[in-house]
Amino acid sequence: MADIDAAGAEIVLPKRPNPVVGVLKSFLLVRESKVAMVGTAILVFWVLIAVLAPVIAPYPPTQQVSEMRNAAPGTPVPAGTALISFTEQGVAEIPIEGTYWLGGDRLGRDVLSRMIWGAQSVLIYAPLATFFAYMVGITMGLLAGYKRGWVDDVLSRLGDVILSFPILVLYVVIITTFGASGITIVLAVTFASGPGIMRIVRGLVLDLRNRDYVAAAQTRGESSLYIMFVEILPNARGPLIVDACLRLGYTTITIGVLGFLGLGLPPPDPNWGNMIAENREAVLTAPHSTVFPCLAISSLVLALNLLADGLREISLKD
Amino acid sequence: MLIFLGKRLLAMIATMLVVSVLVFLLLEVNGDAVAVKVLGPYSTLEQRTNWLTANGYDRDEHVRYFDWLFSMMRGDFGESIVFHVPASEIVMDRLGNTAVLGGLVFLIMVPLGLLFGVLAGMKEGSLQDRSVTLISVITTSIPEFASAVLLTFLFVFLLGWLPATSSMSDGWDPAQMVLPVMVLVLYAFGYIARMMRASMAEVMQSPYIRTAILKGLPYNRVIMKHALRNALIAPFTVIILQINWLLSGVIVVEYFFNYRGFGALLLTASLNQDIYVIQACAMVAVFVAVGTQTIADVGYTYLNPRIRFT
Repeated sequence: MADIDAAGAEIVLPKRPNPVVGVLKSFLLVRESKVAMVGTAILVFWVLIAVLAPVIAPYPPTQQVSEMRNAAPGTPVPAGTALISFTEQGVAEIPIEGTYWLGGDRLGRDVLSRMIWGAQSVLIYAPLATFFAYMVGITMGLLAGYKRGWVDDVLSRLGDVILSFPILVLYVVIITTFGASGITIVLAVTFASGPGIMRIVRGLVLDLRNRDYVAAAQTRGESSLYIMFVEILPNARGPLIVDACLRLGYTTITIGVLGFLGLGLPPPDPNWGNMIAENREAVLTAPHSTVFPCLAISSLVLALNLLADGLREISLKD
Repeated sequence: MLIFLGKRLLAMIATMLVVSVLVFLLLEVNGDAVAVKVLGPYSTLEQRTNWLTANGYDRDEHVRYFDWLFSMMRGDFGESIVFHVPASEIVMDRLGNTAVLGGLVFLIMVPLGLLFGVLAGMKEGSLQDRSVTLISVITTSIPEFASAVLLTFLFVFLLGWLPATSSMSDGWDPAQMVLPVMVLVLYAFGYIARMMRASMAEVMQSPYIRTAILKGLPYNRVIMKHALRNALIAPFTVIILQINWLLSGVIVVEYFFNYRGFGALLLTASLNQDIYVIQACAMVAVFVAVGTQTIADVGYTYLNPRIRFT
């Protein structure tokens, strides 16, 4: 039912823009910056690799061929090599052929296949951990910035304390206390980077909470929850998207570092940090098994940093 | 000024206290878990109970907390389970090695970062600006463990110029310091360069620089005497706060190059559940971190004439 104003004319309220469409539209802006385009291209490349991993990986990521231990890049699998598998019908021999294009690792697994599956591992856990950190950080930031008062004091002090820890020291202590697993990694990242996100959101909210549309919503009698999440949050999206790209890159590094230190996902997992950790001893004898994963993780982080830079540049233009 | 200093010191002590409660809750509050770590997983229940009573773990939590806190303040962190020496002794020893590493990193990273930043910020949008920005984005995108591998590959495997480990087993060897220092500098100098660039670019747009140029001062003089002095204020905080980052960075680098420093100690202590060494390391790390934050705050206020103490 349409509202009628005093003069009898129909009031047509402007349609509220859909926040999801808004976020998607801002991603289309990358076309305005070359730097952002390059970042997006590398990112899309890795996402495609991760999604298509089951199709394009030449070998299973954990399949070991003892003849291929530390094999140099481009070594063909020796003829007659077979994987012996025990099935209900008895012992079956599955022949293995082809070439290890990026060589074999310490256990004779194909480095290329592990790198491809590793992309999947990183691109599941890094966004997941960043997402949870944002959920917590945004909620805390909105509460602190909008409610002010003691809520703000408590949350900000708590954030200061957590942020005063050297971050890796915090991760090492948390993860060795609770054990290494995917869930602990996500929780540790949430715990350690939530307060940083809170600070940014809080700063944005302090600026936005005095806008007219917030006052209008308050006059309409909307609930605080509605104002925080529907009125304020969508308008803070610009800087948050830039920050999310940077943080995603940083989480990628964190997951890699934890894998490298032996605190990440448990061993058979082919993520890049684990690959580097497992073949660390062979840096001087078979460097391909560590150098390629290093290049992979660096390019992914670079892509996210370039994207963040480009988006920031675009937002400054307006 | 004194009031401001006092406030900062109080805030620092408050943060340390909250952190100590967190560390206590995380590692110390569950006495049974501590007993298992100290006596090993194959100790009997009776041994553990005796140990808990002998070490006062049967008292109330708050009594234990304050006892634990006061003995830490006296420098008594307990005895390392792995090394069988006081935790404070071994932490201080390793901290000295890390200070050497960190000092060298700062000695190279700060001038390099500032130089690149000034060169870029002098002429915003110029070729040198864009190259510096690109270089710093690339170097900060390579995680420390990746650049450690890549630099080892380049300088040890391909060129054979440097040793691959930095354990210093045959006495102190400067050549063994090169790779660890290079890895840390490479990762962090770009950040300082970008901060310096932003600060420099902002200063270069201010009216007094335009005046200095228009009244015909030589360009070098404008940069060195007029711009630099003000442009250095903001990066100062960033540089001091890099000490906090360095405590994280050294874990990876010391582990990779087998350098016997604080980071490697924290990692091995954590992996071996050497609980008193973990506690000592965590408290020392937070003390250094909070201390540098306080120095950064106070220094910034002191350097910036526009902030008056309130």
